Order: sequence, then C-alpha cells, then structure tokens
Amino acid sequence: MIELEQAAEAVENPVEPFLRMDRIPHIWCPGCGIGTTVNCFARALLECGVDLNKVAVVSGIGCSGRVAGYVKLDSFHTTHGRAIPFATGLKLANPSLNVVVYSGDGDLSAIGGNHLIHAARRNIDLKVICVNNFIYAMTGGQSGPTTPASATTSTSPYGAFEPAFNLPHLVDAAGAVYVARWTAFHVRQLTRSMTEIFNKRGFCFIEVLSPCPTLFERRNKLGEGLDTMKYYKEKSKVRNGAPTGEVALGYRDEIIVGKFVDRERPDYLDLMRERLSLQLGNAYVEAPACVCD
Amino acid sequence: MPKGRVAIVAERCKGCGFCVEFCPTKVLALSPAYNSKGYHPPHVVAAEKCSGCDLCGMYCPDFAVHGWKIADGKPNESVASR
Amino acid sequence: MENPTSLLRPADPRGVLTGIHFLDGDHACCEGALAAGARFAAGYPITPSTEVVERFAARIPKVGGTFIQMEDELAASIAIVGAAWGGAKAFTVTSGPGFSLMMEHIGYAAMTETPCVFVDVQRGGPSTGLPTLPAQGDMMQARWGSHGDYEIIALCPNSPQECFDLTIRAFNLAEQYRTPVMFMMDECVGHMTEKVVIPPAEEILVYPRRRTTAPPGAYLPYRPEEDLVPPMAHAGEGHRFHITGLTHDERGYPAMNPEAQDKLVRRLQAKIRNAVQELASYEEQDTEAAEVVVVSYGITSRVAQRAIDLARKKGLPVGKLRLITVWPFPDFKIRELASRIKAFVVPELNMGQIVREVERAAGGAAKVTGVPHAGGTVHRPEVILQAIEEAIR
Repeated sequence: MIELEQAAEAVENPVEPFLRMDRIPHIWCPGCGIGTTVNCFARALLECGVDLNKVAVVSGIGCSGRVAGYVKLDSFHTTHGRAIPFATGLKLANPSLNVVVYSGDGDLSAIGGNHLIHAARRNIDLKVICVNNFIYAMTGGQSGPTTPASATTSTSPYGAFEPAFNLPHLVDAAGAVYVARWTAFHVRQLTRSMTEIFNKRGFCFIEVLSPCPTLFERRNKLGEGLDTMKYYKEKSKVRNGAPTGEVALGYRDEIIVGKFVDRERPDYLDLMRERLSLQLGNAYVEAPACVCD
Repeated sequence: MPKGRVAIVAERCKGCGFCVEFCPTKVLALSPAYNSKGYHPPHVVAAEKCSGCDLCGMYCPDFAVHGWKIADGKPNESVASR
Repeated sequence: MENPTSLLRPADPRGVLTGIHFLDGDHACCEGALAAGARFAAGYPITPSTEVVERFAARIPKVGGTFIQMEDELAASIAIVGAAWGGAKAFTVTSGPGFSLMMEHIGYAAMTETPCVFVDVQRGGPSTGLPTLPAQGDMMQARWGSHGDYEIIALCPNSPQECFDLTIRAFNLAEQYRTPVMFMMDECVGHMTEKVVIPPAEEILVYPRRRTTAPPGAYLPYRPEEDLVPPMAHAGEGHRFHITGLTHDERGYPAMNPEAQDKLVRRLQAKIRNAVQELASYEEQDTEAAEVVVVSYGITSRVAQRAIDLARKKGLPVGKLRLITVWPFPDFKIRELASRIKAFVVPELNMGQIVREVERAAGGAAKVTGVPHAGGTVHRPEVILQAIEEAIR
C-alpha cells in the first residue's frame, strides 16, 4: 500500500528540539550535505548527554556558516574567517562552555587559516566541524584552498591549478589533539566522531566532505548531490590512524576517511594555569570564569 | 509485522533522494506527487520492510523524514524525542 | 525605567590599585581597565600601545582573569567580542596600523551591540608612519572606519590621570549603551609619566552589565528598553539566543529586507545620538566673554593651554573648549558658542580632522581656523598663539 505518512501519532523527529523550527525550511540547496551534518551533530549531542545550555555554536560566513542560525543553542554568526578567535574569547571568558565552531573550508582555511593554525597550536578547547565542499558556495562558487586541481569554478574558469590543502595534515602539524575526516555519507561514523570530541579536551577538528550540487557539482558536471553521495560511498576508504600526510584528496579520486589523530596534550587553560601557579604560587588568582556581574 | 515506521514531512522535502538510496531495505521511493515547492517527496512503498533504523532520518538534509522502531505497536522509547 | 546612573556600583576592590602612583598613560589605562572590572584582554604588540597589555598580562593573574596575546589584531578585536558574550568586560589595545585591521570587528561589535573597549594609542601615520611618535590622525577613522552606518563613542584623555579615570568611563559607557567605545590616546599621553591617584574601590563607580531578567526561552537580544538599549545575556545561561552580524530583527534572526534595515540602523544611531547631551564631556573655561575659543583634545590641549595662557596674559579674550568626548561630536556646544563668538581655533596633531566637525557644527556663524600638524611632535605654543591672534584681528 502506498501512503504518504504524516501520522499524528508519529514520534517527533529527535532532531527538532535542537533546531529553530521557526526558521525551517533552511536555505541550503536540494542535495546539499550541510543539513546531513547538522543531523549527525544533533544526534551526537543527544548521545553524549552534554548540557545543551552550556553548548555554544560559533560560525563564520558561508553556507556552512549558516549552521549557527538553525541550531537552538546559544549561537553566534560572526565575521568571515574569525569564528575561531571569537570562540577563543568566548571559551576563555567562560571555560564551562562547550564551544563548537561550525564553518566551511574557505572560511576556516583561507581567510581563517591563521586562526586555525594558532588555535590548534595553543590547543584551545574547541570542537571544530569543517564542512568541505571544495568551493566558496554562498558567494556563487569561487575556488578555495581545498578546490582540487583541474576543477572548474567561477574564479578558476579554466580549471584550478593550485595545490589544495590537506586539512587533516595541516591541523595535525599545528597540534590538534583529535583529527578526523568523514563524508556526508558516513552518518554513523560522523555522529560517533562528534560524540567523541565532546568527551575530549583540546583542539578537535573534523573535516566533513559534502556535496555542493548547485555550484561545485554542477559546474564540473558531476551530477546531483546524490551522485556525489554515491561517489563518497564507493571511493571512500576507512583508514583509522592513517598518517595525515598520506590523506591528501585528489579530484574525484580515492577519499581516505577515518579518525587519524586522537592524542592527549594539555589544553591552553591547563598550560596557562600550570605556568601561572608555578610562578606565582599563592599569589595566583585562578579565575574559573571572567564573568562580570 | 514491520519493526519500524517512518514519518515524512512532505512540505520540507527537497527531493534529494538520499533517504530512498540509503534505506537498507528500500522502504521508500520518490513519489510522483509534488509538494508545494515542486519537489517529489518520498513515500513508503514497502512498509513491511521498515526496521526503524532511522538511517533515512540521519541522512535527510532537510529534517523531512525520520524512522523509529516499534515493538508491540508501541513506539520504541529510545528513539523518542527528549 | 530606572535612571541608569542609579545602577552604578562600587568597583571590585581586587582590581583597584589604590594609592598615589607615578605612571605613564599606558600603565594608567591598564589600571583603569582593571578598576572598571575588565577581566579579559586580547592584544597584539604594537608601539606605542604595548605597555597597556604588558601590564595587564602581569597584573591579571593576581586579580583573576585572562590575557591572551592573539596572532593578529583581527583575532584580538573579535576575541574580545566573544569574551563579552561569554560574560567578561573585555578590551583590546592597539595603534594606527592595528586600528585599521580592527575596523571590521568594531563594526561587528556595533552591529551586535557588544559592550567592549578599543584603546588606540595614536602614532604618526599613514601606514607604518612614526611608530614611536605622537599624532592624532585616527580621529575620523574612530568614527567612520568601519563600513555602513553606525555611531561611536570616543573619549580622549590628556594626562595619565585621565587615562585612568576615563578608561573607567569608557567601560561604563560601553555597558550603558551596549556598544564598543573607542579610547583615543596618543603616544605622548601614553608615554608621559605623571602622578596618578587611584582612590579606594568604594569611591570608584562602575556600571554593571545590563542583564536581561527574561526567563529562558523569552529573551529577545535586540528588544530595546526605553533608552533604545536592549539588555544583554551571556552564553551558558539557558537563553539559547542567536547573534549575527547580518541585519536582524529583535529575535536576533537574520532579516534581510529594507524595513528591518531601516528599523535597526535608525535605532543604532538614535541610541547614541539621542544621548549626545548626556554623553558630552568637555572642559570649558573663559568662554562667556570670549571672542575666540580654542577647541582641542588629547595632548594638543596641554599645548593649547599654554597658548591660551599666553594670550590671556596679553589681554586677549580667548576661551578654551577641551573635548573629552569627541564622538558623538557635541554639535550643540559648538552651535551655542558659534552664536556669540567671532572664531574657533582648532589645533590638532593631524592635517585637519575634528576641525571639520567644528566647521560643520558652527554652520558659518563663526569663523573656524585649523592649526594642522602632520605629527611626530606636539605643536609649539607660539604657533597656536599666532593663530589665536590672527583670528581675533
């Protein structure tokens, strides 16, 4: 029997309490994978039982940057490339917050590249979700630091020729304590990774590959979002623990996914408190938070 | 007796086809009907095969579909919203 | 609504270094920030401002708070915005080239109505200019530096004592109006060492953060109170609010249409413009019988004082108007004086910035003569005296 189910006794979608339902449907295109990553994020929050009142989401500018506006958490839509330093200030002022940075490849690695590197170096306790669709989507499809060579974009009309970033390698080298890459196809593993980082202190980075059917896929005649999801399924190889230098991406080539780095390092606040109490002894006034009255 | 059920919010759907493709038991297909935006939402074509795994829900970028396990006609509490 | 000044409370004594000190302006500014309740600073080294954060880095671990030297001014200027939403009173410090880099986030702070303080210890410009020498060339930039329409509050100290007192005022205004405040020092005031008296904490009045009393779920980050200022909440309190730099409605949600733009931009402007009389702070002397009034601010006002004293000794009817709040510009004061005096003389350590405001506000009712200076050192009093004498003729 064929039926369109809109059953009144249906169980509520577990994701809905996390979303600003007054702003749904969202602006993302049909077949865009960002919404899928938000689904995984919501399920991860449910799974790890973290206090939602203490979770803050900070986004930059771009399609992925719009995530902050759709989650029903304290959320901040900041300036292009500067979600990480905003999040740093937020976290240091109130370390009891669980601060998530949710943004895109261009925002985080081009204009935001310097901040990405330094936050990883300092091991600031931030959870960074980098949605990589290989393009600057919001502004109409320009090339970015992750655009693979030979791909056509609006600013590389004859095909990109710059070498692309290997983001896991970059943040690993800079000092991140958790580095993983999944795709929008790997919903279970992505959810698990997101759950794991909520139980980890320090700079955590998850790269998620996502289709951009309207711009990247269309301009390169790579089909619809679903075609890309099938490509992810077919060409992804899970190599947990792979050396990040070996996980560079090609153009529609093999994709190495997995959890590459999971190590322990003292985070920024640990280091700060250790140094200051060592030098100042009893004179050191530890501030659990800088919150004014 | 199906182990699961699916709810579809047709008006939210953008017809991407993820749920149809990735349902392990092929419960869904894109409907010939349109929603008001002109997209073909999915509809259930093999209700008896639904296991309530909620993979459709995990994939859906538009929060337009989700599934849940049912046992003895009652919704499975672990999938219920909190 | 309660008169905001009744909300003032005594400073937290942990940040107040009560006593009589011999400090330079940069150091006094740091003490002012601590006394005001600042517990978070993010900075980046740049001459001649670096001492402010150097002192903060040394002091804050003994007071209770955090200093972080960020990787650049872009990061520092938004880290303080993040810290403010995390609950802290926060500030950053810079000079010309860094001030230019901070412009986007000054606009972001104005748009999101985030209380915070930006200290600019001005030096010779443009570009790298004269890193170790004074100028006042960023005054217009303080007002117009970021894109779009917004208002700004800018204060100008002329002594290390004022670097202490007015920094407290800057933080208080930031909280009262939920806005970024520019603290426009200059290298001379920053590096001159003078007596600075820091009173006991209970004598220092501090404006607390205007927190919402709405229950979780009911808070609207941009619903204004009667004075057009919306109360604030902090992340982590259960309000689950959204903040964006996009044009937004009272809920904080993006509302990208002309109606929302008009409503928001007009309120942001009116919030400060409507309060120009309360915000105005200046030192006025001998203007009742004056024919010429010297308008100055910052270090130039110290030199101008000498010129005015010399002129008055010669029997010339000269008055003084020292601007302490430069933005919003006190049009009303200039207009009032212009209606009865002959001329304004406006010396500044730039090629003519605030003189344009004086001209505009005077509206032709009095002559306006600038005394420009490219910077690098202060005016010689004789040059200002000569301008006064010519204006009287």
